[in-house]
Amino acid sequence: MSEIIKHRQIVADEWRSVADDETVGTGPVIVSLARFLAEREALLARGEALGVRVPPDVRLDALAGDLPRLALIAVEFPVFKDGRGFSVARLLRERYGFHGEIRAVGDVLRDQLFFMERSGFDAFAVRPGKSLQDALAAFDEFSVTYQAAADDPRPLFRRRG
Amino acid sequence: MYQYDHYDQTLVDQRVAQFRGQVRRYLAGELSDDEFRPLRLMNGLYLQTHAYMLRIAVPYGVLASRQLRMLAHIARTYDRGYGHFTTRQNIQFNWPELERVPDILADLASVQMHAIQTSGNCIRNVTSDPLAGVADDELEDPRPWCEIIRQWSTLHPEFSFLPRKFKIAVSASKQDRAAVQVHDIGLYLVRGADGEVGFRVLVGGGLGRTPMIGQTIREFLPKQHLLSYLEAILRVYNQEGRRDNLYKSRIKILVKALGAAEFGRRVEVEWAQIRDSALQLEPAEIERIRAFFAAPAYAADAAADASFDAHLAADAAFATWVRRNVAGHRVAGYRNVFVSLKPFGRPPGDISAGQMEALADLADRYAGGKVHSTFTQNLLLTDVRQADVYPLWQALAALDLATPTIGTLADIIACPGLDYCSLANAESISVAKSLHARFDELDYLYDLGDLRLNISGCMNSCAHQHVGAIGILGVDKSGEQWYQITLGGSSGNVASLGDVIGPSVRHEDVADTIARVLEVYLEQREPDEPFLDTYRRIGMAPFKARVYGVPAKGRAGKEAAAHV
Repeated sequence: MSEIIKHRQIVADEWRSVADDETVGTGPVIVSLARFLAEREALLARGEALGVRVPPDVRLDALAGDLPRLALIAVEFPVFKDGRGFSVARLLRERYGFHGEIRAVGDVLRDQLFFMERSGFDAFAVRPGKSLQDALAAFDEFSVTYQAAADDPRPLFRRRG
Repeated sequence: MYQYDHYDQTLVDQRVAQFRGQVRRYLAGELSDDEFRPLRLMNGLYLQTHAYMLRIAVPYGVLASRQLRMLAHIARTYDRGYGHFTTRQNIQFNWPELERVPDILADLASVQMHAIQTSGNCIRNVTSDPLAGVADDELEDPRPWCEIIRQWSTLHPEFSFLPRKFKIAVSASKQDRAAVQVHDIGLYLVRGADGEVGFRVLVGGGLGRTPMIGQTIREFLPKQHLLSYLEAILRVYNQEGRRDNLYKSRIKILVKALGAAEFGRRVEVEWAQIRDSALQLEPAEIERIRAFFAAPAYAADAAADASFDAHLAADAAFATWVRRNVAGHRVAGYRNVFVSLKPFGRPPGDISAGQMEALADLADRYAGGKVHSTFTQNLLLTDVRQADVYPLWQALAALDLATPTIGTLADIIACPGLDYCSLANAESISVAKSLHARFDELDYLYDLGDLRLNISGCMNSCAHQHVGAIGILGVDKSGEQWYQITLGGSSGNVASLGDVIGPSVRHEDVADTIARVLEVYLEQREPDEPFLDTYRRIGMAPFKARVYGVPAKGRAGKEAAAHV
């Protein structure tokens, strides 16, 4: 079982990401958005934790009604300089009120984690080959933030003391 | 000017530590070149032809004297004794060693400076009017708004990996001196129907290889909604801007593809969701920031001085310099003094460590301890008592900082070009020198009047040649340096992009070509008509005919096509 960072800790990944042509089986699984939309009823009827992997150009309106029944949204980063996923996470948290796990998957590297966490991600599947221990340090690099974001709805000008 | 509190200082200090770690990891092989590149760029560090280049932020062009002294220290300690002011009011050092960049940043942080977001696909240093706060045609000081934007944009969690770089400019005056219309977002402070001050919002301006003038998407934005509206624009851009092609990823391409009306509609839809959020600026915060920019206590008797007029009458060289390099001030008895970084035969925008230190002393003595950088690559001392202008001129002249050519053809705006930049196709500095050598008679320059000339070494257009009344663009032609010349550009209130005059010319023919263009202007202008107005009145044909001979169509068409 591979490891991920969740809530700033290195933990075993309890989720299985299944390909579109793979049998879903039992246990918590993450399926693609396309598969979820195609097999929605059957997947939700399983009665087990379900996660959906969304591309960075996802239109969340298509998922909005199902979000309360999903335990995890995995947002894909095809390449680490592609920043669309940051908006996806903020909208999930701030507009759609999603309380489940938001996981960054794909080209996920240490130096994005600070921004990702502020945007609403709480789990990070760091790219294989990179040290998770090293990546943990990213969360402590800044103690000061100017903006309102998913981690705090108040910009600094409402927090300055 | 704005002063850091412990929040601002902590963030900058932590940024230094973070970058120190990133450099260490890169040098240790833990970060690949591709992984390190965006990290260093977000901290202003480029890899150029011969060395790294570090671009340091001068937020909206305001520098304290102690900051200028620190820049001098950096130039001496870590570089080759000089720095280069850019068209975005920043300063660049061309020779730092990677290993020492964290130390440079630590030195900068000690005087409340940084290099955050001076490059990379993020929100860049916000720019403004160099005469902000002292201009006699301004509605209010735009700098507090720039500072509010600076803080909002610094390490923004959602907008640090945009499709492409993103530039915002703010102007509050009748005359646009901030090139607002060629920025990704341009903000004009305006008065609304109810008398309240707010913003006219433009999007989609930009230069580079596909230059465009920004378009208004909102005629009036109440000021308290500034940040939510910016956030809405950036969110639409972050999600919908193209990421498949570097050359089509600026917001201008998205705005063009959707149309400004549709882009604006999408922004309004997004904004409706967040306009009443905690991003709304409260009067107390606006006032807190504004207080940092409060005007100094001006002396009531400053205008009583008679020496200024006496020196004007007695010293022709002084009077000449005042005419070109000194601007009016909204307070009687005060002046604003441009410090020329355009001595004949030198690279435009360069300044030595010794000049920086001496200028810092002059700023303390005569100008409230502040120096302002301009997008024309000069510096400006504001709030100078008219009685001090003469001794200040003498001191500047001794430092070779008083070339009396501000706003003339010799006030050339130029990028570093092929001498430094790995993106360049051609040299810029040597072209500037050839023009300085050719047009070195002050009387001729003054007769030409206001005339902006810009030289970029490639189509990335760092020197804004598209908006020069005369623009010169370096192009590579089978390994040789050629130059394409445009006429009629302007970044002012009636912004326009220059038109290509015809086939590009060789390096050694640039000065002759410009001379022919100027002949036409001098022959055809009406009394007191600036070059730009003459061009707009008579069009390209007479200039083209003089440069290429008549008829030039066949030859011009063929060669020009090669460079489209």
